[in-house]
Amino acid sequence: MSKVEPLVIIGSGPAGYTAAIYAARAQLSPILLEGSVTAGGALMNTTEVENFPGFQKGIMGPALMEEMRAQAERFGTRFITDDAVKVDLNGEVKTIQDGSGNTYLAKAVILATGSGYKKIGLPKEETLSGRGVSYCATCDGFFFKEQVIAVVGGGDSAVEEATFLTRFASKVYLIHRRNELRASRIMQQRAKDDPKIEFVWNSQVVDILGDDKVTGLKIKDTITGKEKNLELTGLFVAIGHEPRSELLKGQIDLDPNGYVIAKTGSTKTNIEGVFACGDLVDHVYRQAITAAGTGCQAALDAERFLASQGIFSA
Amino acid sequence: MATKILTDATFDSEIKNATTPILVDFWAEWCGPCKMIAPILEQVAAENEGKIVIAKLNVDENPKTAQALGITSIPTMNVYKDGQIVKTIVGAKPKPALLADLAAFL
Repeated sequence: MSKVEPLVIIGSGPAGYTAAIYAARAQLSPILLEGSVTAGGALMNTTEVENFPGFQKGIMGPALMEEMRAQAERFGTRFITDDAVKVDLNGEVKTIQDGSGNTYLAKAVILATGSGYKKIGLPKEETLSGRGVSYCATCDGFFFKEQVIAVVGGGDSAVEEATFLTRFASKVYLIHRRNELRASRIMQQRAKDDPKIEFVWNSQVVDILGDDKVTGLKIKDTITGKEKNLELTGLFVAIGHEPRSELLKGQIDLDPNGYVIAKTGSTKTNIEGVFACGDLVDHVYRQAITAAGTGCQAALDAERFLASQGIFSA
Repeated sequence: MATKILTDATFDSEIKNATTPILVDFWAEWCGPCKMIAPILEQVAAENEGKIVIAKLNVDENPKTAQALGITSIPTMNVYKDGQIVKTIVGAKPKPALLADLAAFL
């Protein structure tokens, strides 16, 4: 059994890395489980981030995360490139087990596991995944050169993906269940000005057509209930995210949608010594900068908690 | 490196002449999840030498093979046995999950 560490951070998007930067500078020498295939978080699969303060010319998502990681490392964060597969958060000493079977003990834990993409929930979605159905535009846009494709969703990520995919596709349908987008104005305008993007408003994907590859979609008008088919070869799903809180079920208070409940104005959860930040908590703002902000708060809350226990450094 | 590099030119013969199951990882430089799973595949290759060959094919430099196979997402990992695809894994996943998917071949 390993020694009891002051602080373990689980998750590595802007929230986890920022928490690590602050905790490391507070000489808590945090251990950060950054995830075996998810290190860096959701921004690793995006292109240019235009709204992160300090980067007036924009910065690529993966480059931003690399910077944050390096900054956390500079001050003594210890990285474990593995997943937390089991946690026991109750009691004074918390136990975290990783995918390789290593166990970590900690007085305080910061949860920053973020969110994963949401699926539409159609049976064909699974069988045609990798056969025209995709969840990563930056990974898979290349395969749809000069083809007609669709993006489903109405938020920033859907509109960003649609715009990005026009580099490859001959036409991109942007299918949204309402008649207006949630995405930021500047991104909406960019999409509206793009001759390759066609908006399909008030529509829901009810079936994916094709047996061994996508050949089209059946969409339903959410107002008239009328159905029609669109002929296309690719479907990019960007209908939002859901919190990665599976690991925490039964241990920590979650809201009905699976988000960790933090006490208003802080990052404290219902368990003493356990703090939560980033998209795991936030279903309202969901920005890189707000995740980083709550990551900072979580580190400060953890630092204060540890100090109250007489722990000031690792 | 424990993994083997395949190209459009060598793909067919490598699959045909493989004496053990062979996993081919279709990847590209721009793909984040491909980079994440690369070190895991290296480990699986090193730990299972003689049981399975782990190979990689860069779809950017070798578009013909990926196109012929109808691949539209990366990483896609196809396992071949006796020249036939016996398993397809789409997307990066943690090592324990990958090993579970490959259990029949290890």
